[in-house]
Amino acid sequence: MKILVPVKRVVDYNVKVRPSNDGLDVDLTNAKMAVNPFCEIAVEEAIRIKESRIDCEVVVVSVGPAKASDQLRVALSLGADRAILIETNENLEPLTIAKALHKVFEQESPDLVLLGKQAIDFDNNQTGQILAGLCGLAQGTFCSHIVLSETGTIEVTREVDDGLEVLRLKLPAVLTADLRLNEPRFASLPQMMKAKKKPIAVTLFADLMPMPSARTKVLGISVPPARKPGQMLASVEELVEILKLTAEVIE
Amino acid sequence: MSVLVLAQHDNSSLDGATRRAVTAGKQLSNSITVLVAGGDCEAVAQQARNIEGVKTVLYADAKCYREHLAENLAKLISELAPDFTHIVAVGSTFGKNVLPRLGALLNVQPISDVVAIESENIFVRPIYAGDLLARIQSEDHIKVLTVRGTAFDEAEKSVSLCALEPLNKVFELGLSELVKRQITLSDCPDLETARVVVSGGKALGSSENFNLVYRLAKKFNGAVGASRAAVDAGFVPNELQIGQTGRMVAPNLYIAVGISGAVQHLAGMKDSKVVVAINKDPDAAIFGVSDYGIVADLFEILPELEAHL
Repeated sequence: MKILVPVKRVVDYNVKVRPSNDGLDVDLTNAKMAVNPFCEIAVEEAIRIKESRIDCEVVVVSVGPAKASDQLRVALSLGADRAILIETNENLEPLTIAKALHKVFEQESPDLVLLGKQAIDFDNNQTGQILAGLCGLAQGTFCSHIVLSETGTIEVTREVDDGLEVLRLKLPAVLTADLRLNEPRFASLPQMMKAKKKPIAVTLFADLMPMPSARTKVLGISVPPARKPGQMLASVEELVEILKLTAEVIE
Repeated sequence: MSVLVLAQHDNSSLDGATRRAVTAGKQLSNSITVLVAGGDCEAVAQQARNIEGVKTVLYADAKCYREHLAENLAKLISELAPDFTHIVAVGSTFGKNVLPRLGALLNVQPISDVVAIESENIFVRPIYAGDLLARIQSEDHIKVLTVRGTAFDEAEKSVSLCALEPLNKVFELGLSELVKRQITLSDCPDLETARVVVSGGKALGSSENFNLVYRLAKKFNGAVGASRAAVDAGFVPNELQIGQTGRMVAPNLYIAVGISGAVQHLAGMKDSKVVVAINKDPDAAIFGVSDYGIVADLFEILPELEAHL
C-alpha cells in the first residue's frame, strides 16, 4: 500500500501576523515557520497505518518554496519514507496546488491521499476536496477516525456540525484530517538523524506542469477593528446585574 | 447576474443556513434560485419556495442525493452551473465539503468563508484565524462561494410561493456510501441561531461539571458551546467546539466560562455582540475581547449566578 501525504509550510501557530507595509500581503519576515498542524496529523495517521501493516510506503509531498524541505524533513523524521518537493516561489491558490498534487497522484498512484483539512494561514479548507474532484476519487473530509478494510474500501468517521457521520469510501480515496484523528508524536533524535539520509526529490513546478494563471487577486490585507476594552467586575451581584440587563436587551 | 443557492437540509426540514445564503445571494443579484437536492425531500422543497427573494426552487429528489454525498452533489451542481454567475452555500461542514469539489469540476477557485460582499467579484474573508481580513477579487467565470453564516441574517419568509421546478438528473457515482450517522439530540437551541451562548473550557474538569454550563445556558434559553480543550478532553461532543476549525457563532450574549481564550477559540466567537468572561486567571486572553469580565473560581460563581438569575 502507498499513502501520499501533502504537507504545507505555514507560519507557526503561536506567531501573531501583521499585514505587509504595502497592505497587499502578510508580513512573514523572520517569522517562525512550521508544518501546518493539520498536515502533521495527516502524517501521523499515515505512519500509524504503515506501522500496522507489513508493506506500506508513506510519501510526503509539498508544493512551495525551497525552504519547504525543512517541513518535509520533519515529516521524514516522524517516519515517512521519502519526500517530493514541487518547488515554486509563487503564492499559490488551492486550485493550483491541487492541480500539481493531481500530477503527483498520477505519477505515484497511491492507494490513499491523506491531507490536513485546512491550513492555518489562509484557512481555506479546500485543497483535499479539490484534489478529490480533479482525480475523480471519493472524498472523506474532517476525519476523526479511519478504518481500512481488506476489501478495497475504507471507513471514515467525519466530524460534522450536528455530530458524527461514518462513510464507506472506495479506494483510492482522498481523506482530510480533523483535530481529533490522532495526537502527533515528536520525532526522536535517532529518527531525526535517519531522516537526514532519506531522499527529497525536488522538481521545479514549471517542469511538472505549466503554471496555471491565478484566478484570484488579493486587493488588500487588513487588521479587523479591535473590540473596545472591557470592564472588570468585582462581585457576583454586579455580574448578575449586567447579565440581567444584557438579557433584557435581548428579549 | 444569477445566483444558485445550495440548500442545506436533513430531507425533512430546511436549515436556517439556507436563508442566510439567500441573504448573501441577494447582495449579488435579484435572480436567485435555490437547489434542493436530497431523497424524499419534497417537504424541504416546499419550505424553500417560501423564502423572500427566491425566484425558483430546483428540486432533485433521488436516492443518490439522500445522504448529501459530496461526489454526487458536486456532479449535479456542475451540470446546472453554466446557467449561473454565482454559486453560494453557507460554509458549514456541508458547504465546505461540497463546494470546493464543485470548484474542481468547474475549474474555478472557490472563495471560502465570505463575511462581506463588496461587488459581484470582490469579497472579504478572514484569514489567519481571523487575525487578518483579506479583500479578494475573483476573475473566474463562475464564482463559487461559501459564506460565513454569522455575517448574513436569515432571509424573511415570502408572501407567496415561488416556482418549483423538478429536475430529472440522477448522478450516482458509486464512490461513497453512508454507513451511519450519530446525531446528538439536544433540547438547547442551535448554536448558530441562539441569541445566547454559554461556553465552557477545560477548567470545568469533567462532563458532569459541564452540567453547570448547561444549567446556566438554560436560564437564558441559550446554546452550549465549548473550547477545543474541553472537547479533546471528552467533556462534550465535537459539534460543540467553537473556533477557527469548529463552529462560528455571533450571539447577542456570549458567556465564556473557564476558557483561557486561545486565538483559535476567539476566531469563532469574537463577533458576538456582548462577551462576558469568567476566569480564575486575571491574565487570561479572553478578558482582552470581553465587554465584562470577572476573576473568579467558576465552581463558586456558577452556582451563585444560577441562584440569582
